[in-house]
Amino acid sequence: MIKQLAAHIKDYKTASIKTGIYVSFEVLMEVAIPFLMAYLIDYGIEAGNMNLIIGLGLGMLLAAGLSLFFGLLSAHYAAKASAGYAKNLRQAIFYKVQEFSFTNIDKFSTASLITRQTTDITNIQNAYQMIIRVAVRAPIMLIFSLVMAFSINPELSLIFLAVIPLLGVGLYVIVVKAHPIFEKVFRTYDHLNNVVQENLRGIRVVKSFVREDHEEKKFEEVSERIYQQFSKAEKILAFNAPLMQFAIYTSILLISWFGAQMIVSGYMTTGQLASLITYATSILMSLMMLSFVFVMITISRASAERVVEVLNETVDLENPNSPVTTVKNGNVTFTNVGFSYSNSLDKLCLQDVNLKIASGQTIGIIGGTGSSKSSLVQLIPRLYDVTTGIVEVGDVDVRKYDLQTLRDAVSVVLQKNILFSGTIKENLRWGNKEATDEQMIHACKLAQADEFISAFPDGYDTYIEQGGGNVSGGQKQRLCIARALLKNPKILILDDSTSAVDTRTDALIREAFLKEIPHITKFIIAQRIASVMDADAIIVMEEGRIDAMGSHEELLASNEIYQEVYHSQLKGGNDFDEQ
Amino acid sequence: MNNKPRFSKSTASSAKRLFSYISRKHLGAFIFVMIAIVVSAVAGVVGSLFLQVLIDDYITPLLSMANPVFDELAKAILTMAGIYLLGVAATYLYNRTMVVIAQGVLKDIRDEMFVHMQKMPISYFDTHTHGDTMSRYTNDTDTLRQMLAQSFPQIISSIFTIVSVFFAMLTTSWMLTIVVMLTVLFMLRVAKSLTGKSAKFFFEQQQSLGKTNGYIEEMINGQRVVKVFCHEEESKVGFNELNDELCHVATEANRFANFLMPFMGNMGYFQYVLLAIVGGALAVSGISTLTLGGLVAFLQLSRSFTMPVSQVSQQLNAVVMALAGAQRIFELMDEEVEVDEGYVTLVNASCENDKLVESEVRTGLWAWKHPHHDGTTTLTQLKGDVVFDHVDFSYTPDKQILYDISLYAKPGQKVAFVGATGAGKTTITNLINRFYDIADGKIRYDGININKIKKADLRRSLGIVLQDTNLFTGTVMENIRYGKLDATDEEVIEAAKRANAHYFISLLPEGYHTKLEGDASGLSQGQRQLLSIARAEVADTPVMILDEATSSIDTRTEAIVSKGMDALMEGRTVFVIAHRISTVQNSNAIMVMDQGRIIERGDHDELIAEKGKYHQLYTGAFEEA
Repeated sequence: MIKQLAAHIKDYKTASIKTGIYVSFEVLMEVAIPFLMAYLIDYGIEAGNMNLIIGLGLGMLLAAGLSLFFGLLSAHYAAKASAGYAKNLRQAIFYKVQEFSFTNIDKFSTASLITRQTTDITNIQNAYQMIIRVAVRAPIMLIFSLVMAFSINPELSLIFLAVIPLLGVGLYVIVVKAHPIFEKVFRTYDHLNNVVQENLRGIRVVKSFVREDHEEKKFEEVSERIYQQFSKAEKILAFNAPLMQFAIYTSILLISWFGAQMIVSGYMTTGQLASLITYATSILMSLMMLSFVFVMITISRASAERVVEVLNETVDLENPNSPVTTVKNGNVTFTNVGFSYSNSLDKLCLQDVNLKIASGQTIGIIGGTGSSKSSLVQLIPRLYDVTTGIVEVGDVDVRKYDLQTLRDAVSVVLQKNILFSGTIKENLRWGNKEATDEQMIHACKLAQADEFISAFPDGYDTYIEQGGGNVSGGQKQRLCIARALLKNPKILILDDSTSAVDTRTDALIREAFLKEIPHITKFIIAQRIASVMDADAIIVMEEGRIDAMGSHEELLASNEIYQEVYHSQLKGGNDFDEQ
Repeated sequence: MNNKPRFSKSTASSAKRLFSYISRKHLGAFIFVMIAIVVSAVAGVVGSLFLQVLIDDYITPLLSMANPVFDELAKAILTMAGIYLLGVAATYLYNRTMVVIAQGVLKDIRDEMFVHMQKMPISYFDTHTHGDTMSRYTNDTDTLRQMLAQSFPQIISSIFTIVSVFFAMLTTSWMLTIVVMLTVLFMLRVAKSLTGKSAKFFFEQQQSLGKTNGYIEEMINGQRVVKVFCHEEESKVGFNELNDELCHVATEANRFANFLMPFMGNMGYFQYVLLAIVGGALAVSGISTLTLGGLVAFLQLSRSFTMPVSQVSQQLNAVVMALAGAQRIFELMDEEVEVDEGYVTLVNASCENDKLVESEVRTGLWAWKHPHHDGTTTLTQLKGDVVFDHVDFSYTPDKQILYDISLYAKPGQKVAFVGATGAGKTTITNLINRFYDIADGKIRYDGININKIKKADLRRSLGIVLQDTNLFTGTVMENIRYGKLDATDEEVIEAAKRANAHYFISLLPEGYHTKLEGDASGLSQGQRQLLSIARAEVADTPVMILDEATSSIDTRTEAIVSKGMDALMEGRTVFVIAHRISTVQNSNAIMVMDQGRIIERGDHDELIAEKGKYHQLYTGAFEEA
């Protein structure tokens, strides 16, 4: 895990190393200063030697100046390295998510991916800054102080060798106990994010059912869980400081006791005892700093694991080796296709699908709610891989294409449409980065969106709020169709994309398609018979199978389901005709 | 730079407000923490004086004895061990108590923020990215954790030490104390300017973090669209921009904060040298009474003085960041809430001798309770009679959306709105439940101006099904029960049957107990709509608003659903927005809307006969049939 995390330091390696180097210089100066201080007191002040006081004073100033200089440098590089490292990690996750297939996306909740990219990364950033600053400082001070202590009195210094391992065991126990709780804490953070996110998205439902109290209770539960878990974990960590103090105090008392006896028996001077205690304090101070690092690592370890989990996720849809990079035509063939979201043969939601569709045809798909219409079309741009059988586009297995090539050629308007915050133009450019104004207007005219866009005061520069909150459902759908058209695809799939568009406009869109883009193969999933009845062929889906396929007239003559749907809708239509 | 004064002012008030969370609920525990900190600090101070005592009072006398007896020394060391143990115990207790206080405060803040957010108007949610709001619950709240649990105790302990050492210094030499104070003042000035700089950047960092959170939320939520459009590279570019910006401000913030430690530490040494020279000169020249021994003692004291000062400054890092987070939290908490001046409430009622009487138990009969100035109340039966009287409305002052809308719906009537998208249909429903307030005109509900009705009671009497279904994580059962929290399982299943959702639910792996995750991506849009209809069914309200509620349901299913709905429509007022003729044609009145005005009205037959816009809109439907 560490290796993997370390790999993302990349261009901030220099800054990290510089931090370490400057910290070492800083510490060296800091260690030198007390010597000068002792000298200043012993030979300067005690002797009342003004010249020496000034001389040594200037020496100290120089050392302190250098220490300040290196300190500022290390502070600068530490900030740069840690913020930069966080940036790289965040980027790594975001990039990784961009590679995710639909199956991968299904696996992680939005909320958890957000927590990972912010809260978790911030934890790692803090820990990293701590590590590069303190992990260098503490050992240097520790080693230096130990050496000094041993040079003064090796026997008494053995006390440190007894205390330090005990301390180590204590720390180890704390870390081991706290870690699993921190893991839980961050999972609860995901829940918290999820509750808030759902509340924000569904605020209209919440308010109209007057469920604010209910939501508050839900939130309170999660919030309470975080409180419980975090308190529990932090209570364990609260042992850290007293444990350290206990070690320091024990050492001091032991040194005092044995030291006093040694002094009395003439083995040691009182001055040496004083220095030994000073070193004892700095040894244990450096251990204290190390323990802080441990605490930070404990907290961030749980975060680090969550980050690595995303980075390690195997993307199950990969670009093939030597992929095909052109799609010849808009032919679509399904051969014995079976499909399951969980990739298991006994939970197939599509079975025995065989289709042969020629370039330029318009195919209508009709079927009840949950009859796997969407699943069927999602296989064409390889949003999911088939479980059995083969799907071919342009007479080539979709798995042989370069993914981008395939998806550029197959444009899907998803049932769950999403617009992004930004102007209409910016949203349209998703279809084609280099689209000119004329091309955009043309696409919008085809999708019957130009009229209402032009009616906006800002026209094509109208700002769309997140999720398209400020346009109506029907407007959103038409913008999404226009966006898909701008890709200039060979195959266009509309997954129930005109459900909120009025019938007349719906008819105009189909008419425009017929006239302006006859060469594109079109799949139209719809509820209204009127939306598909002009299609070259209509597929009737029922519980994951193709129940029938044929023209409107054929199906009307022979297919029971189709007849039923037709008659349920025709009633209204007939009324019109009679008027 | 011109936002700096605004920031520092609000920083002070944020700190004060933050502290009020401690004092409000945890004052006792907090005082305990303070005491424990002082005990722990005293143990530390006594410990640092112990060496001198040890040497002067015990070791030196022992040296002069022929047969040294260590009993006294053992006693002293044991006493010291006792004091140390007390100190260790106090340290443990304050650490432990403080983390619990800190977590408690964080919880209070989170909860309060959420409760406040529930009261905010729809317009806030329509104009703020979700991710940025979410960031306030996590990233911003997190900044407070470290400060409360670690920095706070450290600072208190340091201040205690600083004060006691200060008095010790003063008794040793007031002249040198002035020197110390002068240098400390200088140090504080620089520290202030450094923290000011880092505070500004920390605030920007939290803002930038919120923005990044918003971007990530939006992109990951739309990840499927990103994939379909191969928009990965562009989405990375947008991300990199925000990420670089975040990295930049984070670097700046941490840089200035990191500067504090070396600066304060080394200034302590400068001060030391200055004292040695000034003190030496004073002592040698004999200007003051200061002896050389006194100077040595003073120099030690000055070390004990600057040490905690630099410790405090190290903690400022966390404090400054926390205040930046706190400011964003309080910003959300200070957002205006929905105004509700309504005083008419919805109560259960029963009919006694042809007179409505308020009832304690659920009777199935509801009434509006209307209090008057003279203390009397009148009860009006809830029927679902809705009247719009010359209503004008605009979301923003510069663009009017609705013009002079007048209409009525008698109890049990079905009123449909049709018209091109953007004509203002959804806006009308947003006004009935008062998501937005009208600019001019009146809306009456059972003869009562809706502004007089308490919002919660008004909304409780309205059922609503929107095109965006918005299900919640939880079982199918829980999602339907959202409409009526005390509904029994049977009631839920009954509602699902009426909405024709029962069939597909029973096919789900665990039926009604199937858990839906996030946006319920395992269900089709149509299935989600069926669930949200069932949810409204179970609420069983006298007025229903259906905004494109069945657009993704296949017509066969819709026919069945509407059969069930027709039965339910008895005694219910229904507002329908739909494009499907089958959904609207049996309405009592159909309003044809165009650019915010009602241009035609009447029932289906009348409108068709009129051969106007309605006729024109729907003759696209089956022209060749």
